[in-house]
Amino acid sequence: MRTMPLSDGRLSAQSKPERGARKTMRILALALASLLLIAGGAALAAGSEAGFRAAYAAAEAANQEAGRLRDQWTTTVTALAEARKSADSGDFDHATALAKQAEALAKASIFQAESEKEAWKNSEIH
Amino acid sequence: MRSMIHFAAAALAVLALLSVLPAVADDAVDPVADASAFQSYFTRKFPHVKLEDFVNGPYSMNEDMRRQWQEIEQFPPYEFALEAGKEMFAKPFRNGKTYADCFPNQGIGIRQNYPIFDEKQGKVVTLELALNQCRLANGEAPLSYVKDEMAALTAYMAYTSRGKPFDIKIPGDPRALAAYQDGKRYFYTRRGQLNFSCASCHVQTAGERIRAEVLAPALGILNAMPIYRSEWSGMGTISRRFITCNSQTRGVPLDAQDDEYRDLEYYLSYLGNGLPISGPGARP
Repeated sequence: MRTMPLSDGRLSAQSKPERGARKTMRILALALASLLLIAGGAALAAGSEAGFRAAYAAAEAANQEAGRLRDQWTTTVTALAEARKSADSGDFDHATALAKQAEALAKASIFQAESEKEAWKNSEIH
Repeated sequence: MRSMIHFAAAALAVLALLSVLPAVADDAVDPVADASAFQSYFTRKFPHVKLEDFVNGPYSMNEDMRRQWQEIEQFPPYEFALEAGKEMFAKPFRNGKTYADCFPNQGIGIRQNYPIFDEKQGKVVTLELALNQCRLANGEAPLSYVKDEMAALTAYMAYTSRGKPFDIKIPGDPRALAAYQDGKRYFYTRRGQLNFSCASCHVQTAGERIRAEVLAPALGILNAMPIYRSEWSGMGTISRRFITCNSQTRGVPLDAQDDEYRDLEYYLSYLGNGLPISGPGARP
């Protein structure tokens, strides 16, 4: 039996309707928390997929630019393929990290191609 | 006052012109000077190697490897390809014509003249490309550029030119000079994640080891093509060599016979002018 403090300080037994109401409220709170947790998780997962898609698009665009400059790196292609694979298995955090890595590699290859437009002359035998 | 201003302006213009002229001169394309400087570089770097011996690649750099190669040459691993190539070359297409009908001198002893700059097509035509153009003109499907039949055919054609010096021509057509220059640019341009150019291995560190291999000098490197490579366990063409080189630097290779590869072959072959054809070759 549960007790409640009375206004005069004594403890009194809770009535049945009060106990029922508390129980219902507890169930409702639990359901609400579960719903929030599920909705939050789904939102988190959706955000992660969107993040991957953005990172992958940026990496792919950079790699295409490297291709236009005729200087793609095999490591960029591998990182992009692995990112896709991770995304397919639902691991968007890892997929995003790989896509970002691919973008960094592609940007490095673009830098190489751009700087070599003139730098190659330094190695020429005269 | 006005005449002074005119004089100052003219002086400035002359100065500006003078500052630009050396840059223009630096960018001038001079294949003859290039070939001379290239050959001098290697003969100075390897004073013990005779000029014509550079076509033997790593075997000209390392005595142990040379002895092994001389033994291998008793029963050369490219012999099967050579026989196959000879048969293929003579076998008529479905229309009754043969490869011989597509080439000067019936295709015999002409390898040293390729690549050519074809003014009609406006581009460099390598022997590999010419063979596939011959097939297409006679209603046959093109061959893969990297190995097997193409390697066999070019092996046979190289064999009929053995000992003949490379004789690559750059005609007066400005497009030919541009193709040569593009080939040179490709040769010296660093690429791939390892940041290597062709020259990194085959000029700057030629003769040195990369793992167990001795790096071949760029001078004469195409004279021995196509080659049987132990690493490949088979024959490979010039296209295969370029593609493999790019992959080894972690660069995505271009397609066989893309402009850059044909121009690179044009440039490198020109630098080998005067050195004898030694193909088909065998390499580790």
